[in-house]
Amino acid sequence: MSVPIIEVKNLGKKYKIGESQSYLALRDKFAHPIRSFFNSQKNDDFWALSDVNFSVERGDTLGIIGKNGVGKSTLLKILSQITPPTTGMVTLRGRVGSLLEVGTGFHPELTGRENIYLNGAILGMRKKEIKDKMDEIIEFSGVEKFIDTPVKRYSSGMYVRLAFAVAAHLEPDILIVDEVLAVGDVEFQKKCLGKMQDITKKDGRTVFFVSHNIEAIKSLCKKSILLDGGKVIKYGLTEDVANYYLADNEKKLDNAEYYPVELNNNVKDTKVNLLSARVLNKEGLVCSRFGSTNDIIVSIEYEIKEDIIGFLVDFYISNEQNVVVFVSSDNDRNQFTGKKRTAGKYNSICKIPGNLLNVGKYSITVGGRIPNIKQYFVVRDVLMIHIQSNGGPTSVESRESIIYPDLEWQTKLIN
Amino acid sequence: MDITDFRLIFMEIIIKPKNKWWQLDLKEIWQFRDLFYFFTWRDLKVKYKQTAVGVAWAIFQPFITMVIFSIFFGRLAKMPSDGIPYPIFVYTGLLFWLLFSSGLASVSGVFIANEKIVTKIYFPRIILPISSIITNVVDFFIASVVLIGMMIYYQYTPSLVGLLLVVPLVLMSVFSVLGIGLFFGALNVKYRDVRFVLPFFIQILMFVTPVIYPVSIAPEKYKWLLGINPMSGIIDTARAGLLGTGNIDWTLLGVSAISMCIYCIIGFFYFKKVERYFADVI
Repeated sequence: MSVPIIEVKNLGKKYKIGESQSYLALRDKFAHPIRSFFNSQKNDDFWALSDVNFSVERGDTLGIIGKNGVGKSTLLKILSQITPPTTGMVTLRGRVGSLLEVGTGFHPELTGRENIYLNGAILGMRKKEIKDKMDEIIEFSGVEKFIDTPVKRYSSGMYVRLAFAVAAHLEPDILIVDEVLAVGDVEFQKKCLGKMQDITKKDGRTVFFVSHNIEAIKSLCKKSILLDGGKVIKYGLTEDVANYYLADNEKKLDNAEYYPVELNNNVKDTKVNLLSARVLNKEGLVCSRFGSTNDIIVSIEYEIKEDIIGFLVDFYISNEQNVVVFVSSDNDRNQFTGKKRTAGKYNSICKIPGNLLNVGKYSITVGGRIPNIKQYFVVRDVLMIHIQSNGGPTSVESRESIIYPDLEWQTKLIN
Repeated sequence: MDITDFRLIFMEIIIKPKNKWWQLDLKEIWQFRDLFYFFTWRDLKVKYKQTAVGVAWAIFQPFITMVIFSIFFGRLAKMPSDGIPYPIFVYTGLLFWLLFSSGLASVSGVFIANEKIVTKIYFPRIILPISSIITNVVDFFIASVVLIGMMIYYQYTPSLVGLLLVVPLVLMSVFSVLGIGLFFGALNVKYRDVRFVLPFFIQILMFVTPVIYPVSIAPEKYKWLLGINPMSGIIDTARAGLLGTGNIDWTLLGVSAISMCIYCIIGFFYFKKVERYFADVI
């Protein structure tokens, strides 16, 4: 029996809330010794990972599946020795190469060739190793012509290609790969996936791969781990884990509130951020099941970071057949066309009157944009509502129509 | 179990919440020696690549400072210089002082400057400060060409002991920088106001270091106290050895060496204690 190449036992990582976000100023400690003394009593702890156990055999490729903020990155950071765990232990047997980012340490002033050396060394390659593979790396990157040009003159595509070419030639026993494949064009992504597959098959290397892209994980990994809330929910063959994950997602879609998880930094930088989208009942409580006669309230909260002209939020409702029932925006009465909105947090509320939608399930897509200019955010089918008959026209008979409005009839005897 | 299994077991890495932080893993640093080389190479390359005057920059700064100091402190303020022409007196001091001050500035900012690397990849963090100070040592040797020129001009012959002491004195300066720099560098990761305090601290420190004045202005009885600042002993010894301002004050140098060791121990221990959490707090 062979020895597992990665063993993870009771692994846990605790963060103090706020700790990872902002650095401290020494003067705060000096200025408020009393306050910081009291504060230290009620510091909120947050377990990014808890009680994680698994082991990986040599030659296995293991995928990590999970939404944002479930501890995937924390797990990778611990395995890469960037941050220590709070509890538990990890045993790694072999040379570890981790790719949490492509092009770590690239220096804009240095040429492509110089950066290959630098980046290779940062990734743990020996100088001789890099030298031997230099031609291969340059060829793989496809930027031969510019290899002696400082990388600050590269296009972002060339930059990524070069960075990935170095990474693809890394030959550790354990390769830890974060979502780096999310960059670059599709052709190049395939080339990299192919290269990685070669690596794993040829020498029985162990690859640890994290991605949102279930398809990429399916094609690369035999086994997978599903993480949620810092815990391992499922560990097994990728096919099973992926199916479980997708089914679980479906279930969770019956949801009446949505808070975007912070994605990457580049997403956070936009002028407008969606803070929340919720469906409420008349009483203002989050609710996903409604009687057909009841009003449905859609509440969208967002933050405008700089003054903005002509911005509006909108949503559309689609039914189970994916037919859009209607679209509505907060500019439908032309309040905002060409008008400036000052920076701040906003809440736009829309009331969908009762006796309009037919019974059934609907999903709501929420967006924010300047019409014909820029879409700031759009989240598709994030909210689900379920309408059941509780009186009104729908209680009379069921109809195969998209909407079931309560319209006014006047019936008179005329003769 | 095949051969590969044995090799992999041999290379076992264990990650636990607490490491023995008093230990410096020399084997590991040896494994990463190429990275050390490339960091140094990058720093040197980048430093001299974009500047119009290139290497001359390393001479320019101490030279101009020497000229200004000679005019104001030497000529106008008539600062004593143990009977040595003020320009060569102050330049010897400046040479070592600039190694210390610019070294301290770069070492204490090195983790922040390499933040992106620190948060994305593992390597023994100690490589960063050591490789960053190499640039300053190179600058030191480039700038000492001017000192040689001045020694020829003013006709000073260094003593044999003085020449032999140059390398140990440079090493002492480097270790003083590392000790103090590691402490501030590690502190800087967590508390960013260190970078506002530090330039001020360095400036003050220059005036309590015998750069523009000789050690001999201090009362004989308390002279050794100057050694709390390791640069005092280093600069005084350099002057005595290279310019023959008198006998080498071994007491002062000894006190300086002891304080250097103390700073190194404090800096290194504090650094080791917090280094694993850099990625969490940076």
